[in-house]
Amino acid sequence: MTRPILRTALVFALLFIALLVNVTIIQFVRVGDYRDRPGNQRVLLEEYDRERGPILVGSDAVARSVETGDTLRYLRTYSDGPLYAPVTGFYSIVYGATGLERQENRVLNGKSDLFFIERTEQLFAGRQPLGGAVETTIDDRAQRAAFDGLQGKVGAVVAIEPSTGRILVSAQTPSFDPGVLSSHDPTEIRAYYAALKADPKKPLLNRPIVSLNPPGSTFKLVTAAAALASGKFTADSVLPGPATYRLPQTSTDLRNWNRGPCAPGGKLTLSEALAVSCNTAFAWLGNELGADALRQQAELMGFGTGFEIPLRAATSRFPEDPDPPQTALSAIGQFEVRATALQMAMVGAGIANGGTVMRPFLVHEIRAPDLAVLKTTEPEVFEQAMTPGNAASLTEMMVRSVEKGTGSNVRINGVTVAGKTGTAQTGNDRPSIAWFVAFAPANAPKVAVAVMIEESGVAEVSGNLLAAPIARDVIEAVLR
Amino acid sequence: MRRTPRGLRMPRRGSVTSPASAVVGALRQPSRRNIELGLLVGAWLIGAFGTVQVAWATTEGMNRRLWITIGAVAILSLAMHVTLRRRATYADPILLPVATLLTILGLVMIYRIDVAAALRAERNEAPLPTPDVYAQLTWFSVAVVLFVAVLILVPDHRRLQRFTYTFGLVGLILLVLPLAPVIGTTVNGATLWIRVGGFSLQPAEISKILLTVFFAGYLMEKRDSLSLVRSKFLGLGFPRLKDLGPIAIAWGVSLGVLVFQRDLGTSLLFFGLFVFMLYIATQRRSWLVLGGLLFAIGAGLSYLMFGHVRARVTIWIDPWAYADDSGYQIVQSLYGLANGGIFGAGLGQGFPNFVPFANTDFIVAAIGEELGLTGIFALLLLYALVIERGFRIAISVRDSFGQLLAVGLSITLGVQVFVIVGGVTKLIPLTGLTTPFLSYGGSSLIANWVIIALLLRISDRARRPDVAEAAPDEALTQVVRRI
Repeated sequence: MTRPILRTALVFALLFIALLVNVTIIQFVRVGDYRDRPGNQRVLLEEYDRERGPILVGSDAVARSVETGDTLRYLRTYSDGPLYAPVTGFYSIVYGATGLERQENRVLNGKSDLFFIERTEQLFAGRQPLGGAVETTIDDRAQRAAFDGLQGKVGAVVAIEPSTGRILVSAQTPSFDPGVLSSHDPTEIRAYYAALKADPKKPLLNRPIVSLNPPGSTFKLVTAAAALASGKFTADSVLPGPATYRLPQTSTDLRNWNRGPCAPGGKLTLSEALAVSCNTAFAWLGNELGADALRQQAELMGFGTGFEIPLRAATSRFPEDPDPPQTALSAIGQFEVRATALQMAMVGAGIANGGTVMRPFLVHEIRAPDLAVLKTTEPEVFEQAMTPGNAASLTEMMVRSVEKGTGSNVRINGVTVAGKTGTAQTGNDRPSIAWFVAFAPANAPKVAVAVMIEESGVAEVSGNLLAAPIARDVIEAVLR
Repeated sequence: MRRTPRGLRMPRRGSVTSPASAVVGALRQPSRRNIELGLLVGAWLIGAFGTVQVAWATTEGMNRRLWITIGAVAILSLAMHVTLRRRATYADPILLPVATLLTILGLVMIYRIDVAAALRAERNEAPLPTPDVYAQLTWFSVAVVLFVAVLILVPDHRRLQRFTYTFGLVGLILLVLPLAPVIGTTVNGATLWIRVGGFSLQPAEISKILLTVFFAGYLMEKRDSLSLVRSKFLGLGFPRLKDLGPIAIAWGVSLGVLVFQRDLGTSLLFFGLFVFMLYIATQRRSWLVLGGLLFAIGAGLSYLMFGHVRARVTIWIDPWAYADDSGYQIVQSLYGLANGGIFGAGLGQGFPNFVPFANTDFIVAAIGEELGLTGIFALLLLYALVIERGFRIAISVRDSFGQLLAVGLSITLGVQVFVIVGGVTKLIPLTGLTTPFLSYGGSSLIANWVIIALLLRISDRARRPDVAEAAPDEALTQVVRRI
């Protein structure tokens, strides 16, 4: 009976080999696959067992882990949680992670390949890997100025350093406290999360980079850039600016804000039209240039691109195939034009930077657990959206808009500020949206800012009234 | 073991026909009990080390009860070792230490899961659950008593052959006992348990040993007629129709277990065991083909007819779709294994209690999480070692009944390990079977230790110097057969 016994033994040997191969596939080959599955609580729990790296603003840790002594050894805490929530996000045992906590997770938990050397050391020393630090590009004072200015309103502010694309401010109201969502008490977390979810003002939304709204008159910057790029217009070209503009192929009239002509006689230069934010002139200009030219200019400035800063921003858009009346409305930032605050800050920054639009980013440096710098984000050009000459010309028009036009509230003593107001209509029920896009100093810009106020509770919505003061505070905070 | 040169075995084989050389071989046969003791000490150290590691890592700390447990395990396994020295001097030296190590690993893991359950209860301010590890230790001592009893009461495994039909009958009765009113109990959908005076038992565990003895004895008797070839088909000789009775009955009983007790694992175990033993006894591959065919038919029919079988298959194909309900166990098991990776989270540092039934059906997942791929490999190699020793014993023993019995017992262990580990790691659909030696539960632990006792008994017979006593005619028959 030896032979059948040996054959049977062989069958079992094969069955065992199958077991070994299968378990190797699970624990070695596809291990990352299983670990990354969203329902996998273990990975999160395991991460609570070691010190997670901090998120830094300047040299201050705005998110850091402290030892607790209970089962989950480390608790994530946030200094000024609501202030930095759009940057840090939260780190929850129930709802996973968002913001930089999510995007830079492998750095923060120490598993990034950047830490290869440290990890190897730790493996031999038998220690738990320590997390690395993420240093943001945020300017603490400017962030506070924006957040303070936004209090009592629903809105967002983004500020960018024009020459690099560094995001100096990403603030929003209403915000939330990531510290509560990152606590170790599931009941508390669930209750707080449910309340945030139920809030019609959507505090959990990452408003600065995700909330899409019609940009209104701030979009006239794009239209003006397209006009200059066409070669058919200069700052001094004379445009018709009557009281009403009959939308082509319709019987609908478009009016100016003041219900009258933009200038005595109904004619004015492009520069004057921008300064007084003349709807009829820009609507006319839109059709002169055509939707394709407008879209092209918009896309050069970032529309149509989904930026990862590394948080994923919503894609701002210019309508696909507008007919002439729709083109006229699009030229003044209405119809289906949608932009984030980040996008409009990029428009300002691009003009400020001689027409070169930089790719926006939020992470300045990645540091090892011992704070040695492992990686520094290099500024990267997104597009050359305008010629330097046209950019200078548009800058002058924006300065005029602040000094003699609609954007008076952004003026700062001793600093030349370039800016553009916007008040966008969103529909019958919702309030209009107040916008302000500005940069300063106009001759050597250090900061470009976009303010977007979605709700303010104020009856008379205007960019100059609601948004410009916040832009001014942010600029002052950066320049001081 | 290494000290036994290969050459020494040859004269032993030859000794069957030449008594003179048997004596020579006998003189050189070492008992190898000291090797066994050395390996046992190694197993104790691993156990003690594991316990201390769990205690430290979970910040529970060692306590007196744990040290007593470690000591008790050592004394119990020492008792088995001494029994072997007295009653089965020439028994295989590997089986006892390896089975002990497996039991110890099980105890360490059960303790580890106890700690997790206690911590969880503490956090939820719930009453502390009773730890399972001390109950398992009690079961282990019962298993040791039975182990010793088997070795004393069965000085020669061939005596069991006399009880072939008694064992067969009792085995069958035990198998259907859970269906009996009053004492039968259904747990988690499977009717596998009987409840007698506060204890629940899984009679199928005992039944698997009795039926293996029965199969061995029965096939010994009937193998000549069963190996007769009637017709050839596809190059294989197929048995006569009237000889199909036994396999048909085995098939029917297995299906019965599946239908009435809803126990896929046990059903698979019995049928697989019978088919393999039939093949080995008759040396006819046609039985394997026939068995495979019947298995396919049975599997197909039960898939079509029974919801619980279909559910198992559906979950197996895509557990992620049922991650929150019926697939929760297997998904958690996979997460745990992935969390373990190559080296494991470390004893006491994973989350094995996330998997329901972590200390019974899913104990291998717990080990995979905390000891990693390395631990699972070691574990599977330990099992492979036990089974390999079983097959080796089967080949070396000279009587056919002993061969069939040893092979049958090894197959029982092999099928169990494959079905449960394969199920937990999603290689095959999950069926409830206990993991031999590791799982929390008395019936299974006792039954598997009895299997080890029987294998040791047979191995002692195989290597004992007084082989000349062995029925010479039977051995002769075998020599003829081999030619």
